[in-house]
Amino acid sequence: MINQALIKEFQNITGKDNVLTQKADLLTYSYDAAVVEPVLPGLVVRPVNSESLGRVVKLCCENNLPLTVRGAGTNLSGGTVPIVQGVVVLTNGLNKIIEINEQDMYAVVQPGVVTAKFAAAVEAKGLFYPPDPGSQAVSTLGGNVAENAGGLRGLKYGVTSDYVMGIQFFDTQGEIVKSGSKTVKCATGYNLTGLMIGSEGTLGVFDEIILKLIPFPAHRKAMMAVFDEMSKASETVAAIIASRIIPATLEFMDNFTIRAVEDYSRAGLPTDAAALLLIEVDGHPVQVEEDAQKVEQICNKMGARSVRVAKDDAERDKVWAARRSALSALAKLKPTLVLEDATVPRSRIPEMVQAMQDIAKQYNLSIGTFGHAGDGNLHPTILTDKRNKEEWERVEAAIDAIFDKALAMGGTLSGEHGTGIAKSRFLEKETSRATIVYSKQIKKALDPRNILNPGKIIGG
Amino acid sequence: MSDIKELTKLIKSLEDQLVVCMRCGMCQSVCPLFEQTGREADVARGKLALLDGLMQEMFEDPEGVYARLNKCLLCGSCAANCPSGVSVLEIFMKARVILTGFMGLSPAKKLILRGMLARPDLFDTLAEWGARFQNIFTRPVNNVVGTSCARVVSPLIKDRHFKNLAEKPFHKIQPSLDTQPGKSGIRAGFYVGCLLDKIFPHIAQAVVDVLNYHQVGIYMPEKQACCGIPAVSSGDMQTFNKLLFHNLECFSPDKFDYLVTACATCTSTIKEVWPMMADREHKNLIKKISDKTMDINDFLVSVIKVNPENQAPEKNRIPITYHDPCHLKKSLKVAAQPRALIKANSRYELKEMLDSDWCCGMGGSFNLQYYDISSKIGNRKRDNIVSTGCKTVATGCPACMLQISDMLSKNRDQIAVRHPIEIYLESLKL
Ligand SMILES: Cc1cc2nc3c(=O)[nH]c(=O)nc-3n(C[C@H](O)[C@H](O)[C@H](O)COP(=O)(O)OP(=O)(O)OC[C@H]3O[C@@H](n4cnc5c(N)ncnc54)[C@H](O)[C@@H]3O)c2cc1C
Ligand code: SF4
Ligand code: SF4
Repeated sequence: MINQALIKEFQNITGKDNVLTQKADLLTYSYDAAVVEPVLPGLVVRPVNSESLGRVVKLCCENNLPLTVRGAGTNLSGGTVPIVQGVVVLTNGLNKIIEINEQDMYAVVQPGVVTAKFAAAVEAKGLFYPPDPGSQAVSTLGGNVAENAGGLRGLKYGVTSDYVMGIQFFDTQGEIVKSGSKTVKCATGYNLTGLMIGSEGTLGVFDEIILKLIPFPAHRKAMMAVFDEMSKASETVAAIIASRIIPATLEFMDNFTIRAVEDYSRAGLPTDAAALLLIEVDGHPVQVEEDAQKVEQICNKMGARSVRVAKDDAERDKVWAARRSALSALAKLKPTLVLEDATVPRSRIPEMVQAMQDIAKQYNLSIGTFGHAGDGNLHPTILTDKRNKEEWERVEAAIDAIFDKALAMGGTLSGEHGTGIAKSRFLEKETSRATIVYSKQIKKALDPRNILNPGKIIGG
Repeated sequence: MSDIKELTKLIKSLEDQLVVCMRCGMCQSVCPLFEQTGREADVARGKLALLDGLMQEMFEDPEGVYARLNKCLLCGSCAANCPSGVSVLEIFMKARVILTGFMGLSPAKKLILRGMLARPDLFDTLAEWGARFQNIFTRPVNNVVGTSCARVVSPLIKDRHFKNLAEKPFHKIQPSLDTQPGKSGIRAGFYVGCLLDKIFPHIAQAVVDVLNYHQVGIYMPEKQACCGIPAVSSGDMQTFNKLLFHNLECFSPDKFDYLVTACATCTSTIKEVWPMMADREHKNLIKKISDKTMDINDFLVSVIKVNPENQAPEKNRIPITYHDPCHLKKSLKVAAQPRALIKANSRYELKEMLDSDWCCGMGGSFNLQYYDISSKIGNRKRDNIVSTGCKTVATGCPACMLQISDMLSKNRDQIAVRHPIEIYLESLKL
């Protein structure tokens, strides 16, 4: 129970201003970006330094209070929807970039640093932090690590887990645990860093993260290929990879999305095209020019109606503006937007895209599909109005169908958005009963009182 | 206090607009208030969730919602950046009206809005008295910025550095105008606005001079009233309507081809808030006026075709920087035009500041209620202005001019704050 005395103790740790107890404030921490039911927490606390973060965790533990860490609350799986009367621990006050080491190419950050701000700070020093989730303007690095977030550059550069070298976190008692290091190699102890990535706040509370940086690519070239048949577009994806070229980004948009984007931004997209591929290669200038030519040839050979190569930065920006506005364009069509991220081995993309269209028809729903074709991570986006009960039931059935399809193709429930509460009931389908039991045992051993974000990933 | 059920019903009228928010949180990246506080209730997503909570009868705390809803600059940064296209400002203003109706207007606001603002004649007289006596209570602090501060500490003024009321308001210098167009063949209505009238009459004069130069006929009726934004953003529809109807009488739309203003806030109020809040009876009339309304920078560039390309730049130009008022850039999408006017003066060289379209922190009554946060936001703007090394900053909104002047003056910066129309006028007098 959260009583006056306890509130006082939280206030002693973080200062009065950083403890929220009024109902109107609590209500604003009852949701995140996922379409799930909001839950009112009992208290919100915002530590602004690492010491008080640890003390907050400890105090929760001592009082058996369930604790949900929240970065920007942009996750799409309900990971920050709190437990009834639980404590929400906000990390956006822990927003210091502690070190950017140019010589050894790593950085040490607090968990509340905003992804895009970090990327910009790093770029200012000629270095590169590639993971770029669509939410990077607001998402936090702690949230990125806890969800193992990916982005447009996943194909060539990988996802957040490929950049986490080490992590320092508080265990359920509020004690500091360290793993990994600032060295390129590290073979000390258990790989707790690996365990923490994607743990969605259920195994520990991140305090400091060591991130790997790489040189900023010297040159980039973007292009847009237009296809009259979906199959040709997806076969082109396979052909590009088969030719041993790994573009930095290889994005896909179906006709529904193309039309929505064109309606919204008048970017000059061909609305009659069945699909678009947006491709960027980067690296050494000579290599980039050569790769770009090859990719263009492959697109043409595979039956693209046209290929437009961006001549300068302005044209390159146009290509990516079109892609970036996909979500906005779709979001404007209907009140509720369900963004899924079922992912398949990339050779199965054509089948998956077809399956989406069949599902849309079968359940009589509007589904726009776009996403990271290069890594098999598509975002079927269902447009609906949650207030329409009958339709919402069809939406839920369609989501099940999408997951079933993805799993049947050897795919996964989530390429980058995490499990949270939105997908926890499907987890066994992808894995096995034993996997759940094993995971629950780990959780129990590390968090015997079950106070760290209970109910997420592996359920109650 | 009336019935909570009644309130729920009224809030429900906003439902179709509220459900558009998908809770993505992208508004966090642009909200100047959220940047300072990190609190979800301060950003659009949180406020919308609160209104949604009231509508769903999730909790019965209209006061709590009201307080949080009022803590907002109404800068529209969130709306301009929202992927879902939520009509954030419209929702916020309508909700303020609904909640104010439910809880009543605070006595202080009642006095200011209904006792003074709603009565243009009295407002003018009070301002004149104020101008006469202000030197007794204030003293000048910064000659370049042109600011004063209070001689004795007062709770209302705090340690603000403000622009004094003009000795003679514009309506005393130039009570009305009704001239025929020359070569341009265009007649512009001129809506002056309170701040231009009472604090910056020289800018109003600059508008008249520039219009005359371009042989644009001017229709400027007597006894114009405030545009009503202070009233509507306080939820006071009674005062808002009174002012609106007064202005509708002054500005009959068949008297002019365009209605221009040199105040970003007035333009966006007439163009967007008037139609949004109009009752059925006045809808058509208001639409006619708002369709014709244009920011003066936009008017000169888009209609009169002032073109900076015609100017050959001089040597040793004076560096100048430009701040984008939220109401111009985010609501009306006017950003290139004021820059074009500045560039049209070959003596100046435009140097962009970092984040020129980040809010200055003024936000009308926000500045009165939350002066500390307002100043923090304002100081960020001040730092970006100072970093350019410019000795002049231009901006197209008198309210922004006041806020920026306060910040610069308090930091003892020797930087002049001017309106693009002044810079442009200078070029015509060369
Ligand atoms: C418009 C939009 C676009 C998106 N695009 C992408 C995309 O391209 N790729 C992608 O992968 N995702 C995307 N997402 C999802 C989301 O942005 C990511 O999951 C992101 O990593 C969440 O970061 P956050 O700071 O908002 O974390 P939150 O949502 O606040 O938290 C996410 C999880 O991390 C846990 N957590 C947060 N901080 C800590 C900490 N310090 N210690 C322990 N646990 C912690 C939370 O408890 C929660 O379980 C998108 C979301 C939106 C709304
Ligand atoms: S950006 Fe728009 S849709 Fe997203 S949370 Fe903010 S108001 Fe809602
Ligand atoms: S109007 Fe401005 S201050 Fe208010 S929520 Fe939107 S961005 Fe924030």
